[in-house]
Amino acid sequence: MSTRPENTTSYDADAHGWFGGPEAGWGGRFMPEALIAALDELDEAWREAMADPAFVGEFDTILREYAGLPSPLFLAERLSEQVGCRVLLKREDLNHTGAHKIRNVLGQALLTRRMGKTRVIAETGAGQHGVASATAAAYFGLDCTVYMGAVDTRRQALNVARMHLLGAKVVPVESGSATLKDAINEALRDWVASVDHTAYLFGTAAGPHPFPSLVRDFTRGIGDEARAQCLERFSRLPDAVAACVGGGSNAIGMFTAFLDDADVALYGFEPGGEGVDTPRHAATIHAGQRGVLHGARTYVLQDEDGQTVESHSISAGLDYPGVGPQHAHLAATGRAAYLPVTDDEAMQALAMLARTEGIIAAIESAHAVAGGLRVAERLAAEKGPEATVLINLSGRGDKDMGTVVDYFGLGDPDRVTAEPVGDPS
Amino acid sequence: MTTRTAFEKARADGRAALVGYLPAGFPDVAGGIDALRAMVDAGCDVIEIGLPYSDPVMDGPTIQAAAQQALEGGVRTRDVLRTVEAVAATGTPTVVMTYWNPVERYGVERFAADLASAGGAGLITPDLTPDFAPEWIAAADRHDLDKVFLVAPSSTDERIAMTTAACRGFVYATAVMGVTGARTTTSDLAEPLVARTRAATDLPIGVGLGVSTGDQAAELARYADGVIVGSAFVRCLLDHPGDRAAGLRALGALVEDLAAGVRRA
Repeated sequence: MSTRPENTTSYDADAHGWFGGPEAGWGGRFMPEALIAALDELDEAWREAMADPAFVGEFDTILREYAGLPSPLFLAERLSEQVGCRVLLKREDLNHTGAHKIRNVLGQALLTRRMGKTRVIAETGAGQHGVASATAAAYFGLDCTVYMGAVDTRRQALNVARMHLLGAKVVPVESGSATLKDAINEALRDWVASVDHTAYLFGTAAGPHPFPSLVRDFTRGIGDEARAQCLERFSRLPDAVAACVGGGSNAIGMFTAFLDDADVALYGFEPGGEGVDTPRHAATIHAGQRGVLHGARTYVLQDEDGQTVESHSISAGLDYPGVGPQHAHLAATGRAAYLPVTDDEAMQALAMLARTEGIIAAIESAHAVAGGLRVAERLAAEKGPEATVLINLSGRGDKDMGTVVDYFGLGDPDRVTAEPVGDPS
Repeated sequence: MTTRTAFEKARADGRAALVGYLPAGFPDVAGGIDALRAMVDAGCDVIEIGLPYSDPVMDGPTIQAAAQQALEGGVRTRDVLRTVEAVAATGTPTVVMTYWNPVERYGVERFAADLASAGGAGLITPDLTPDFAPEWIAAADRHDLDKVFLVAPSSTDERIAMTTAACRGFVYATAVMGVTGARTTTSDLAEPLVARTRAATDLPIGVGLGVSTGDQAAELARYADGVIVGSAFVRCLLDHPGDRAAGLRALGALVEDLAAGVRRA
């Protein structure tokens, strides 16, 4: 669960936040001057904290005793039988609040307390980061305001209720497309006006430097744990690692431990929505162009004038037209492959996982399952049953049950059969 | 053309310059050009034309609403350049205020060349600071365009020195910590920021964010070289959605009030 900075990889950003150097130009800091001092302050505080054994030790203790970490590495035997090789699931769905997000917010909130700030703001799409932020704020006794697109407050009403119960103020954002990107804009506006006492708990490994690296450092425990668990249990590393990618925090948290393991293939599965040949998707790396969004240069879904294009995914948590800049760098260098998974493929994988292993995943994570099983089938054919695919199950599906009920036509109280709806295979 | 000329002319008259902002394409492209020309006629010394953008993190609700209306009306980057050409033809220095991605998407060199061809004076870049702007600085220098970067109350003296050294035309001082939008009182952060900026540069200093009345303009003009007004002008047009003539009358009257304000400091 180490978060120490000496565990860096050859794919890290430089001191200005450039991944691949200023020539490659991924990342950086494209931000109003008014926020530069706060970003500099955060950068310095984060570097000092990560080099301070007391901070790292306290973070590890909170993760262990409060968040329930390390999360288990689960050998999914029935899934393995189906695909013909070993399928491992990193069970981040078992974390406190139900997702990998808790690692990031506990780290950032601990840093907020260290910096002497009393209020946190956050943005959220699916609500998972909002719930985690509200949780961390309650734990540390900080005021908390969460910005959420008005479209998302409606499709994630249960999570809004959770945030309220935890004492957070939830602000529905009506501007723009009223989804995650607009919630980020609104949170940034709040931050410009409140930066003297407020920390912005950024929800994914995107945004201006140092957020992509800082969020990665707080979530990299996913991969550090999984790598050690895999070696301990199977005396080998996986052949492939799979994670879903919206902004990409769970994926970078998983990938980082393996970046310098050249024999481990890394796969990020993007939300292909209704298909990447339609306008209704959020496959940013697959179909976006190089651009600047929310403070970083990365792949962006945009039109020919550089206006951000509205994205779509059945998963609110993946419905974002940008992606963390380190993923852009990993894609551009070929270190990781990024492939789309459609809404339908993700939902079928969700149903299959539920019935095969008794695990109801978040729809985000179902994208990783769908893509990971695709990779597993190919590796099984190439390498046989010893081939090993590690899939990050980044969150659980409680929050998505409304969408699941609608998609599969479940939830009719007069329905007498418990038979599956549709073909999950 | 450089905006500095307009600031120096105002200074020679013993007053501050009035800088007026509207987004291009609002309420539509032709209507926007009419409104900007009306602002020139009523006394703006420098015109700032916003390039409507989908994710304007520094804009408050008023300017965002106008920019959103422009985008929904189909405004394109080329329409912004067309607007610049029409306004610059009046002889008033005209700059574009733009978030960075549309310029990067258009092509930095191509944008600089086309802006210069349209008679534009340069760019104000709210989300681009000089330390991340080498490509823009090089292109602007090649085409003799103004590079207007922002300083903020939170800027360190080192950053003010770095920023002003990279500016051409004038320096944009954001008077409050917050987004654009009219305010009932001006900020007590503005005067110390202008003083710190003046210690770093001989360039004129324009102060922006929040001014909506002649009295506020007069107060700022005591120590600033320019008073920058945006949301209040946008509001004039938003308040008269079905009556363009009334919107233009309101706009003209407000420009005159502010132009009088910068003259009675």
